[in-house]
Amino acid sequence: MSYELLGITVLWIFLFGYLIVASIDFGAGFFSYYSAVTGKRHLINNIIERYLSPVWEVTNVFLVFFFVGMVGFFPDTAYYYGTALLVPGSVAIVLLAIRGSYYAFNTYGTNKNNRFYMLLYGASGLLIPASLSTVMTISEGGYIEEHAGGRLTFLYGKLFTSTYSWTVVLLALVSVLYISAMFLSYYADRAGDRNAFEVVRKYALAWSGPTILSSLLVFFAIRNHNPVHFERMEHYAWMFVMSFACFLVAVYQVWTRKRLGVGFVFVILQFGFAFFGYGAGHMPYVLYPYLTIYDNFTSEPMAIALISVFILGLLLLIPSLYLLMRLFLFDTKYVQGKRGK
Amino acid sequence: MLLSGYDPVMYSRILTGLTLAFHIIFATIGVGVPLMIAIAEWIGIKRNDDHYLLMARRWARGFVITVAVGVVTGTAIGLQLSLLWPTFMRAAGQSIALPLFMETFAFFFEAIFLGIYLYTWERFKKKTTHLLLLIPVVIGSSASACFITIVNAFMNAPAGVTVKDGKIVDISPFGAMLSPAMPTKVSHVLVTAYLTCAFVLAAIAAWSLLRGRNHIYYKKALRLTMMSAFVFILASAVIGDLSGKYLAKYQPEKLAAMEWHFDTTKQAPLVLGGILTEDNEIKYGLEIPFALSILAHGLPNAEVTGLNDIPEDEHPPLYIHYLFDLKMAFVAVMVFIAGAFIFLLYRKRSAAFGNKWMLRGIILAAPLAMMTIEHGWIFSEVGRQPWLLRGIMRTNEGATTSDHVDTMLIVFVLLYAVLAVSSVTVLIRMFRNNRAEDEIAAKGFKGGDE
Repeated sequence: MSYELLGITVLWIFLFGYLIVASIDFGAGFFSYYSAVTGKRHLINNIIERYLSPVWEVTNVFLVFFFVGMVGFFPDTAYYYGTALLVPGSVAIVLLAIRGSYYAFNTYGTNKNNRFYMLLYGASGLLIPASLSTVMTISEGGYIEEHAGGRLTFLYGKLFTSTYSWTVVLLALVSVLYISAMFLSYYADRAGDRNAFEVVRKYALAWSGPTILSSLLVFFAIRNHNPVHFERMEHYAWMFVMSFACFLVAVYQVWTRKRLGVGFVFVILQFGFAFFGYGAGHMPYVLYPYLTIYDNFTSEPMAIALISVFILGLLLLIPSLYLLMRLFLFDTKYVQGKRGK
Repeated sequence: MLLSGYDPVMYSRILTGLTLAFHIIFATIGVGVPLMIAIAEWIGIKRNDDHYLLMARRWARGFVITVAVGVVTGTAIGLQLSLLWPTFMRAAGQSIALPLFMETFAFFFEAIFLGIYLYTWERFKKKTTHLLLLIPVVIGSSASACFITIVNAFMNAPAGVTVKDGKIVDISPFGAMLSPAMPTKVSHVLVTAYLTCAFVLAAIAAWSLLRGRNHIYYKKALRLTMMSAFVFILASAVIGDLSGKYLAKYQPEKLAAMEWHFDTTKQAPLVLGGILTEDNEIKYGLEIPFALSILAHGLPNAEVTGLNDIPEDEHPPLYIHYLFDLKMAFVAVMVFIAGAFIFLLYRKRSAAFGNKWMLRGIILAAPLAMMTIEHGWIFSEVGRQPWLLRGIMRTNEGATTSDHVDTMLIVFVLLYAVLAVSSVTVLIRMFRNNRAEDEIAAKGFKGGDE
């Protein structure tokens, strides 16, 4: 495997990690607010808070890791995406800032369950996936114009009026809610909290249909927007078929209320197959048609250094993450709220 | 302001400066407070004194709020580097991606263990197990400060790269981390962060004592934090001197501009205060003979490069002299306050905890320490102008050419104002209604008199 391919694979895995943990996080924030509005907060608030509190900081790191690694391995992406994304990127930063800080203010401050704070982090949590998904949209090409001399302009009007970009936003929104509700079902089941489970199970089932429908929409929209990419994705058709099969298994588990852990693993597989199928089809372009992974790849010594540090870092991170999960995810007593803080 | 029309370079500079100035407050707390928490918890376990354990716990509670703002503003500056300085990041990606990458790992490590630490106060049978969880937090926060400062050190004095026609061609990833600016910068950043946090926590204790709340808890807190501040201030003095010698050798233009040293001379004097006339004459300044030569090279007869020997278009702005002098004035006040406290503690203990002026001085030291950090950074960054990467890339070459940087500036000003107000409100509310002495009484904590 070439360094380029190795680099982009590592980054893609991290982006996938972010997609899963952030979806759980963002969706939970929204459900937390929604349940307060609909008067069901007392039922599900405990499980949401017990899971989110120890992990909210970690979620952010996945994202930082992705973009720092991207600039490290593919310095030209900083130039193209940096110039193009000033406004959508800044919007994402503001939303992330509001969400992260108001989550902490609400959870650790004395004035718990402040409706306004909850609205801020619930609503921003839904808008973040939408704003981050513009990066995916832009990577398909057609929204950046390169002039003579290397000056770039970002075509805002085109982005806002394109069907493709809206289908991606839609997919981002509904899959966040779906992933989160599927996870919370599993977590509530582990906690033995039947009341919470019944609430989040309904959320999960309600969002499963729209998730699959919007995935299909994106498929058709790509076909119109970037036929080259669509054709390449057809080579990996089996991955999308697998993704759909995993979706069926996951929904079946939640529907029958059985083995929800396995169900959530299938949710991860469902998105994993789709995400890596999409990514593989996208290769070798990082930004169609300007930038491939082979343009201005970082120097060989830097690539080797980054990969070595990455492996050393993983040796440190994996046991730590395992410890975090052991203590808060798989510790039945903690999950059931029987342990003091 | 000389802004006629839309100038993305100027707006990018202002926005980056604003984000960093705001982030540094929380980043400094993020680096220093875990160490102070660890010291308090360690003393509490060693002496079996619940007061110190509560101290660690109360500090940790407030710390979470500041961490949240630190994390989000840190993410902001991380992304803004690419959004506002795309050409620079293209060059940085080639040369200093490694420390940036390592910083993320350190941050990751810290985030994981901070989450565990905060939720396991009563989980382990042995108290030391919980304390051990704080070690990765302290290491992680200091290491991330260290790595990000390495990035900044490279910008001040690039190393480990070969430059051909103004472009970086050959890179040694680890060599780029060992810039000549690295040792002094990293140690200065770490020690002053510890110092500032010690003063900030001391000011909180002093505030309660000044209000007449004489519980032994506050005296213990004040003694611990002020003793730490005293040690850190001695350390930062030594490092500050080394930083001067570093500048003389590697960035003479910054040293010359900050000291208004125009002609290259031996036995160079140091100028304190003063104002500069339009034809570069110094008025009302206090000259200390030989001091600049001693500061720069450790010898009164050493030669110090003057600004006239440096091309004019590479001169940093001369107002950094005021920034530096103001910073040193703050430092002098802090040294005096820390010294006075230690003196009273050993000569007249009751006054150390009871004298109103002593307590007011300690309360003053906290904002002064934070302002010194801000001044130090502004001085260091402005003093590197006109370079973005010293000797390689000028600031105007690295900035974005995008539209709308001005609008984004307004958006972020609003964001930081909102975050500042809400975090301070939340912090005050957290502690006002939950005083340490009440918590001690409610939980029946024990702790010996000193």
